Amino acid sequence: MAEVSSETRQAHWRKTSTLTYVVLAIWFLFGYVVPWFAKDLDGASFLGFPLGYYFIVQGSLIIFVLLIVVQNIFQDNIDEEHGVAEE
Amino acid sequence: MNTQAQGTRFVDKLGKVYGLYTLGFLGFFALMAIIEQFGVGARTIGVLFLLFTLAIYATIGWLSRTMQVDAYYVAGREVPSLYNGMATAADWMSGASFVALAGGIYFGGYPYLGFVIGWTGGYVLVNALMAPYLRKFGCYTVPDFIGTRYGGNTARFVAVIILVVTSFTYVTAQINATGTIAARALHIPFEVGVWFGLLGILLCSMLGGMRAVTWTQVAQYIVLIIAYLVPVIWMSNAQGFGVIPHFTYGEAVARITELEPLLGVGAAAVESVPGVKIVTSLHNGPADSALYNWKFVTLALCMMAGTASLPHILMRYFTTPTVRAARRSVSWSLFFIFLLYFTAPALATLTKLQLFDPNLATAVIGKSIEHVQNLEWIKQWTSVGMLAVTDGNKDGILQINEFFMRPDIVVLATPEIAGLPYVISGLVAAGGMAAAMSTADGLLLAIANALSHDLYYKIIDPKADTARRLIVARVLLIVIGALGAAVASLQLTGILGAVAWAFCFACSGLFFPLVLGVWWKRATTAGAIAGMVLGFAAGSIYLWWTYTTGETWIGLDHLRFGIIGMPVSLVAMVVVSLMTPAPDEEIQQMVDNTRDPSGATILEASH
Repeated sequence: MAEVSSETRQAHWRKTSTLTYVVLAIWFLFGYVVPWFAKDLDGASFLGFPLGYYFIVQGSLIIFVLLIVVQNIFQDNIDEEHGVAEE
Repeated sequence: MNTQAQGTRFVDKLGKVYGLYTLGFLGFFALMAIIEQFGVGARTIGVLFLLFTLAIYATIGWLSRTMQVDAYYVAGREVPSLYNGMATAADWMSGASFVALAGGIYFGGYPYLGFVIGWTGGYVLVNALMAPYLRKFGCYTVPDFIGTRYGGNTARFVAVIILVVTSFTYVTAQINATGTIAARALHIPFEVGVWFGLLGILLCSMLGGMRAVTWTQVAQYIVLIIAYLVPVIWMSNAQGFGVIPHFTYGEAVARITELEPLLGVGAAAVESVPGVKIVTSLHNGPADSALYNWKFVTLALCMMAGTASLPHILMRYFTTPTVRAARRSVSWSLFFIFLLYFTAPALATLTKLQLFDPNLATAVIGKSIEHVQNLEWIKQWTSVGMLAVTDGNKDGILQINEFFMRPDIVVLATPEIAGLPYVISGLVAAGGMAAAMSTADGLLLAIANALSHDLYYKIIDPKADTARRLIVARVLLIVIGALGAAVASLQLTGILGAVAWAFCFACSGLFFPLVLGVWWKRATTAGAIAGMVLGFAAGSIYLWWTYTTGETWIGLDHLRFGIIGMPVSLVAMVVVSLMTPAPDEEIQQMVDNTRDPSGATILEASH
């Protein structure tokens, strides 16, 4: 198997890092910022739940699941684009 | 080669095998429901449920026996993402998630939801920072990564120590949970139940190592998720919240908020009863203070970083065929875990309503003490000291502050509280057993593998042959299991507390050395050792201080000591790394290799 050039690797890693930072920012928003302001969000309601409470018991959880799925789709594309995908 | 061929064929027909298994389990459940109608007693049904599921796990364990190193340590690296997702979910969801979490929310209200956020959000970190890179590395254990990336036996040895302390803390809580459930279902003393539970755990893991644990964990996931969802859906229908309660129980939350002032939630008990608690916290009461929010997010952070550093979870991602499959299996893992965690608050809410709402026939608050004391389930749980009904103000009516319960029994007692047939209680007990056993298996294996692979093979006797290594691994499994059972039978801590400690130990000592090993090429051996030792020591000393004095610093109690350990670990690691010479070309190359999903694993040549 041909060795991947170090330029390709650097470009691949730059994109991978950027993707990771975006993912971590969204993770921080729904894991920390939203819970911190849960009380303020409770004024609004969603599906009959106070909004802040809804995020804690369901909303943030659903976003975490989707976040991983979407990240993996983007990461697969990055890998293929740089010719470092496995299959 | 014969076993290899059999293994491959098994992997090809997983869908059929587990489909049939699920149908078989549902058939067994139906059979139990029928014999209950014919008057077979609750006790017999409980025993049958437990023995039937144990027999299945033991059979899988026996069929997966192996003498190959790859199969024993990483299940031959052939576990498809979907099944690895289920196995990880079972590995992950322990007695704490299954038995204790909903009870914690029931009693503690809003603050306990920090566990729900923390135990799901952690997987974002696992996927973004850890799993794909550790899979590319191709290690057998977590200390294997530390030892190879940083080089030298010292780093490896320190990682082994942290792993053992973390996982051992965790495993005693799980053996405790198996003992509790076995004791109640089989009507044996708790001390005997603990050893019975251990026997079941060892049957699953001893002969086949990771391969056996993987296939039993998939089976255990199926049992535990059915057992968790069925009572909630049943209650929801009885209370008129629809077939799937998750999107409609907002009204139940509102109803509880409405009832709380009427029932006087928050009043202290007139006389307290040891070992059991009354509800004093509001169900949805995020108090609007910075300290309160701080406590919420610090708990979530410890649980998330802990998730991403727990060796028994990370090692599950070593078993997939490719890096891409490792990533995909993280998304499956979180999906399967999510199914339970977004149900837990619903369970806590509906059970609470069942007991509180005077419009429901099952309510106990506001009824006469005599009526309540004569309820069958109240009598059962009172007789084992896990529930108490008193008449503090002597008015003959049960008040909110006269109804005592142990938080750990909420999930187990829910079917009886809601008046469901006993077959559901049997199912829930089997589910709790599956949750605790699967986690205990993963933990025991993580400890035994680190000691046999990293300590014995890599440090003490690098010339040991395969047979010898695998025998050492098995002997260690038995010895550690026995130690765990012995400690568990002393009942030193509660289930949820011990589990939170394990997360804090893991994130204090291992989080930054693992992350920076991939993400920072400049990280050096000395830096990693400093990060592990100082982070772990700082966290442990803080735990000891807050636990013995009962004092806290800025609201950080014994569940959150990772908040002390992690920054110390990060600073120590960065400072010491910068003070020592940069890692050589070979290590830098290794890090580049780890970041590139294509090509052979880093360790392929050396194993």
